[in-house]
Amino acid sequence: MLFNLQILFDLAPITNVQLILDGIFIGAVISLSAYGLALVWGVMNVKNLAQGDFVILGGYMAFALFNAGVHPVLALPIVMVLMAMFGWMVYILIIRRVIQQDMFTSLLATFGLSLLLQQVLNLIFGPEVQTIDSKMPNYQLFDNAITLPMVKILSLVMVAVLAVAVVIFMKKSRMGQAIRATAQDERAARVLGINTDNVYAFTFSLNAAICGAAGVMVSIIWVLQPFYGITYSLRSFAIVTAAGLGNLPGVITTGFGLGLLEQYTGFVLGAEYQVASAVVMLLLVLIYRQIQLSRKRQVVQ
Amino acid sequence: MTGRSYLLYAVILVLGVFGPIMFPNYTQQMALLWVMVLMASTWDLLGGQMGYNSLGNITFFGCGMYISAVVQISMFYNVADYTSAFGAIKPEFTDEQYFTGLFLGILAAGIGSVFISYLFGLIVFGLRGPYFAIGTLGIAIAAGQLTGTIDYIGGGSGISMPFFPGDIEVRAGFFYLLCFILAALTHIVLRWIYSTQFGLAINAIRDDEDKAEAMGIPTLKYKQIGWAITAFFMGCIGAVFGNMVGFIEPVEVAFPVPTFGIFMVAMALLGGKGTLWGPVLGAVLFHIIKEATWTYLLGWQWVALGLILIINIVYFQEGIMGWLQRKYPEFFGITVDVSTREDGKEAKADG
Amino acid sequence: MVENIIEVNHVSKSFGGVHANIDISMAVKKGSITGIIGPNGCGKSTLFNSIVGYHPIDTGSITFEGREISKLLVGPIARLGLLRTFQQTRIYSKMNCVDNMQISVSHRSDARHGFFASRKGEILDRANHLLEFVGLYSKRNLISGDLSFGQQKLLEFAMALMNEPKVLLLDEPTAGINPTLINGLIDRLQRANQELGITLCVIEHNMRVIMNLAEHIYCLSNGRMLADGKPQDLQNDQRVIDAYLGGH
Repeated sequence: MLFNLQILFDLAPITNVQLILDGIFIGAVISLSAYGLALVWGVMNVKNLAQGDFVILGGYMAFALFNAGVHPVLALPIVMVLMAMFGWMVYILIIRRVIQQDMFTSLLATFGLSLLLQQVLNLIFGPEVQTIDSKMPNYQLFDNAITLPMVKILSLVMVAVLAVAVVIFMKKSRMGQAIRATAQDERAARVLGINTDNVYAFTFSLNAAICGAAGVMVSIIWVLQPFYGITYSLRSFAIVTAAGLGNLPGVITTGFGLGLLEQYTGFVLGAEYQVASAVVMLLLVLIYRQIQLSRKRQVVQ
Repeated sequence: MTGRSYLLYAVILVLGVFGPIMFPNYTQQMALLWVMVLMASTWDLLGGQMGYNSLGNITFFGCGMYISAVVQISMFYNVADYTSAFGAIKPEFTDEQYFTGLFLGILAAGIGSVFISYLFGLIVFGLRGPYFAIGTLGIAIAAGQLTGTIDYIGGGSGISMPFFPGDIEVRAGFFYLLCFILAALTHIVLRWIYSTQFGLAINAIRDDEDKAEAMGIPTLKYKQIGWAITAFFMGCIGAVFGNMVGFIEPVEVAFPVPTFGIFMVAMALLGGKGTLWGPVLGAVLFHIIKEATWTYLLGWQWVALGLILIINIVYFQEGIMGWLQRKYPEFFGITVDVSTREDGKEAKADG
Repeated sequence: MVENIIEVNHVSKSFGGVHANIDISMAVKKGSITGIIGPNGCGKSTLFNSIVGYHPIDTGSITFEGREISKLLVGPIARLGLLRTFQQTRIYSKMNCVDNMQISVSHRSDARHGFFASRKGEILDRANHLLEFVGLYSKRNLISGDLSFGQQKLLEFAMALMNEPKVLLLDEPTAGINPTLINGLIDRLQRANQELGITLCVIEHNMRVIMNLAEHIYCLSNGRMLADGKPQDLQNDQRVIDAYLGGH
């Protein structure tokens, strides 16, 4: 470990740049996933523990399409549409029925869904890790000290475009406004004639599509494995809990922050600690909130 | 206890003690059944009775497993040497060494897990509802990951447990009995607890925690005690399980979050959470379904179990006991006052 | 010399731009029945909430038996012997009445009962006795959530008595109760005060009730302490009359 630290500060500071870049790439993906989670959470008060599995599912869809000859960039919109349909189906069958019940029910329902997805994916694709080799060029910088795959840059651009599109949609479109109104006050929205059931269905499908997009990127820049979903879920929860629900810039910065944190932890301590670092961050955030509540009197939440 | 209860316990005792004799080929499955009963029952203490749904109780299972392994080995050999040999060298344990190690190991597992529950409780008990669930889930996942990084206890390669001195049937029967005894002990302790003020207190916390605080109930202490009891039994059964399986490994055996970790919740829900017998019933049913799907639906068993979980949660929240108690309250010794309500819902559950 | 069991000194509390309590000072004498009156929205419940620990106060001090409690949380304050009942009545709605009572035993450090005390012995007897006291004995096995609002109020009161508090803050105890039952409630409040020695501090809207019940009354208006004194004095105090009739 100390040797790794030495590399960072002493021997090859350029490694920092590589880590930062990788952190940004992965940060973009998990920010997207976290945003979707916050969306569903804020609008319907459903905490989707299967979020990470949606991502992986999207990734596998892209993988399957790639094997059928479709380039990942082209696959992105296809996967998003497929995932939206999937999300809509999940909403009708499961989510709609647990919205009214207590929070643990929705958590457990989505956790059950998560398990189901993991197992089905395992059956279909097997437990080996998969990735898409897009055969796009790599840029080498600084005497080959830094590798900058073209495909990662491309995916970052796609993420940014998608994020901007979603934000504009939420602000300008009727449905976007309906969503925000429902998130603020569900009963008032209904009184005003908004069909909240449609809003919920749309929101959940949108989230599934966003996860699908994130998944496509994962399949390109990282690896897929049926049981990796839960780590993405944990990361998303960590980000949302830290940044707060209505806070899009916060979610993005926290997402990138976590990406960086994981890269550095993985480098300094070893890859096995990456998942643990996400958990630690989650726990720290939760503890921090708890300390705030228990030390002094607060209005009872 | 009513006459009906005595009869029920007698039947269980007979089946429990003579089960492996009657069905020797199913001994290990039946042992596993008792493990599941214990897991579901202890989960329900915090989950169903107190309303704190933990997704991370499996942490104590794994911790107990590893604590026991370390105790059993370290009493006679150097742990680091043993684990780094990856089972290539098989050190000898005399009968006496094996059994003292085993029993001390189980005890240490239970007590150690209690300490761990106290430590983790400090982190997570300020959290409510879903945050508590996610926090405990995170702990369980992290535990599995981090254990795999510690070479002293075998890292990702695990530990090969000391051999049982005796032939296969004796071994199977021995571990079966251990599981049965632990499950029975757990049930007895829980039954007693629920009959005291403690049972009322945790129900009050579930019903309205803020009211409980406002009435002076030290809710944190109750949470800690409840989790400690859970941790003790989970730790003990973890130790037994590790020895029974013979080989322990962080993510698959010790901290299997997506399987056993969630099964205990599914079983309690299926049988009816918040009741004494619900988790037991749920464990039995779930176990039977699981074994059946393994045999007949191989390849799809996990999918089937996941589906059951979802269907249970979404469409059948109250579980079997909950449903039964609603339909036939008198059978359970529940007084009903028909004058205040049309549907004659039950007033109090005694069982 | 009877001391003040609760002292509120220059307490202020604002919620954003709303000044709920402005420089409130009052004292509750030990063993007495003290009333708090005032038109709607004048800050009575906020004051209660401040005393029992539901939110922090902005300035001032609150002492209980001489000791500063303004920074303590709800649980520790309750364990000191200072309890409150809720305007909307809070009980454990899924448990039956007897269980509601049994779980309300005192958890103070000098409590007689441990964590694993039996539910059958002395605690049960006291619970039944107190249920009888408030007239709910016949309903004791019913789920408390199914009782009528007035019955729930009585149950909440009985639960508070079960806790053996030193002081009980009651937030509008007669609100929502059938007028024919009010006398019975007043009677029980007085008996609790005289026989059990519990100091009472009551927020009340029903003038007839509070004028007969309290020994000393404080009147709030628009977040400030308007007047205080014996019931007869306040009844004739023009400021009090104006506050109610003037209407804001």
